[in-house]
Amino acid sequence: MIRTLTTGRTGPLILLAIAAILLFAVAPIALSPFRLSLLARFLCVAMVAVGIGLAWGRGGLLTLGQGLYFGLGAYVMAMHLKLADAGPGGVPDFMTLYGTGEVPWWWEPMRSPVVTLVLIVLVPATLAAALGWAIFTRRVRGAYFAILSQALAAAFAILLIGQQQTTGGTNGLNGFRAFFGYDLTDPVNQRMLFFIAAGVLLVMVVIARQLMVSRFGELLVAVRDAEDRVRFLGYDPAAVKTIVYVLAAVMAAVGGALFVPIVGIISPTDIGVVPSIGFLIGVAIGGRATLLGPVLGSIAVSWAETSVAEQFPSAWTYFQGALFLGVIAFLPGGLASIVRRRRAAPVTEPEPDPRPEGRTL
Amino acid sequence: MDLLLPQLFAGLSLGSVLLLAALGLALTFGQMGVINMAHGEFMMAGAYTAFVTQALVGNAGVSLLVALPAGFLVGGVLGLILEATLIRRMYHRPLDTLLVTWGVALLLQQVARDVFGAPNVDVSVPTWLTGAVSIGGLALPKTRLFILAIAIVCVLALAVVLRSTSLGRRIRAVVQNRDLAEASGISSRATDRTTFFIGSGLAGIAGVAVTLLGSTGPNLGMSYIVDAFLVVVVGGIGHIKGTVIAAAALGLMQAFFEFSTTASIAKVLVFVVIIAFLQVRPQGLLVTRTRSLA
Repeated sequence: MIRTLTTGRTGPLILLAIAAILLFAVAPIALSPFRLSLLARFLCVAMVAVGIGLAWGRGGLLTLGQGLYFGLGAYVMAMHLKLADAGPGGVPDFMTLYGTGEVPWWWEPMRSPVVTLVLIVLVPATLAAALGWAIFTRRVRGAYFAILSQALAAAFAILLIGQQQTTGGTNGLNGFRAFFGYDLTDPVNQRMLFFIAAGVLLVMVVIARQLMVSRFGELLVAVRDAEDRVRFLGYDPAAVKTIVYVLAAVMAAVGGALFVPIVGIISPTDIGVVPSIGFLIGVAIGGRATLLGPVLGSIAVSWAETSVAEQFPSAWTYFQGALFLGVIAFLPGGLASIVRRRRAAPVTEPEPDPRPEGRTL
Repeated sequence: MDLLLPQLFAGLSLGSVLLLAALGLALTFGQMGVINMAHGEFMMAGAYTAFVTQALVGNAGVSLLVALPAGFLVGGVLGLILEATLIRRMYHRPLDTLLVTWGVALLLQQVARDVFGAPNVDVSVPTWLTGAVSIGGLALPKTRLFILAIAIVCVLALAVVLRSTSLGRRIRAVVQNRDLAEASGISSRATDRTTFFIGSGLAGIAGVAVTLLGSTGPNLGMSYIVDAFLVVVVGGIGHIKGTVIAAAALGLMQAFFEFSTTASIAKVLVFVVIIAFLQVRPQGLLVTRTRSLA
């Protein structure tokens, strides 16, 4: 049953339809406005997970720094909301408090809603393309890439904290009143945001699925499993990796952009080293190389985090640590690998011995 | 010149802290290829060892001298436990090791928070390390000189062990060719364990050392781990010399950028330089030439 659903031609369509019904018909009725808004937040995090699933699960790129792109999308959106709240020619409240009371030049483009929407995609895509190309063409890979991506997120968080006058520093940006003209305190508009998040997530899943079954998807897995062989066959692994890295970055950025109006705050604590690695655990639990695993795993982890943290605040860190340790060490294929255990050729095999670079064999 | 010297010292001092944090990593990551994200938490354990030792001994001067070897032991034993229980099973999955040890790091942080409390604790500096030495009108804090000295001693000790002891020969043999080393009668398991013990122990020493600079909290390790990994990446794997040069270079860069901009922008600039540097030398400063495709 599950096999036909996840691999067949019509199966994914059925699953998608079920997910759509659950999100658009069942959830708004079954959940209170508060819970619905929580779920909307989880969906934003799940968007990051879809990208990580592609880059890490399929492409073998362990990106520990998705917080950078999540943050870029979120801050671009937050800057627009702040400027829109301030009105035409106005200055966001915190700038008059801490700063010079003047809007810096690089805030100005965000006055326009259209430019904002374009920049949410363009800024992370450009940065990821430049960084990815620089890193991958020089064949920096494996652990080296993981460490660099993590340092990126760290550097970005430090930069934000240091620029209190123009980025809000540790407080971040918050206190938004309206989202493209819609009052954010109105529950109806919160519900609209939930629908937007659900729709965007479903679109991302469809894109991810199309990629996975395409030639590019095959090439991606090939690069993960035997990069050198792919190169000898005449393909350029750096291009493949750059594309998937950019895609993951854009997905994270869109998730971040929607996160802002839904949650109402974005601060460096949401995007530093710790949250960046935190994005990975849901992907690992769900099954990193599967289509729906990252989404479901990520939503489950977010849900577990809120419910555990509500009752036992300090227990969550233990729980999260144990999850990382247990799942990665003993169940590298995630829960999906239990479901699929009977299948002849497991799709979610752990990465085959990428030897540490440069070591003598 | 008057402006240059203080920056030079600040850079070298920062570099020595980075070096202490990265030296153990150079051994475990550089030589064994194991990415231990809990390395920073071993530092934290060393720092708390200094705190506990001081509470037990009382005298700040004596306790520091006791804490240095004690921190080495605490870090080393933690590393030994980690190696024997988890990392041993995962030598063929380096990227997954990173995430598993991250889980361990989270657990250790929370343990520290529950045992010692979330607020930072302070270890008092012994009287013979308070104040500064004045050289040519330049005041050099004694604590920073002391840390510089510890870093130098650790590097020299590690170099001597690796170069001229039978243990060091075994480590190098296993690193260079595990199969041949085993065929020659070296127990690679035992060597792995010892290497990991030493590497983690060095983190413990680093932890004791940084208590002289500031207060100790559960997040102490987190603040060093990213920089320490960058030092190893820039230094290149398998060479202690590369790690030393990289630590000094990154420390100096940070200090000089900080002088002309701000601390946070300096950090970003250093990172940009690292990316640019890896364009020229993707394998780091010093590379062991191999025939592998990497």
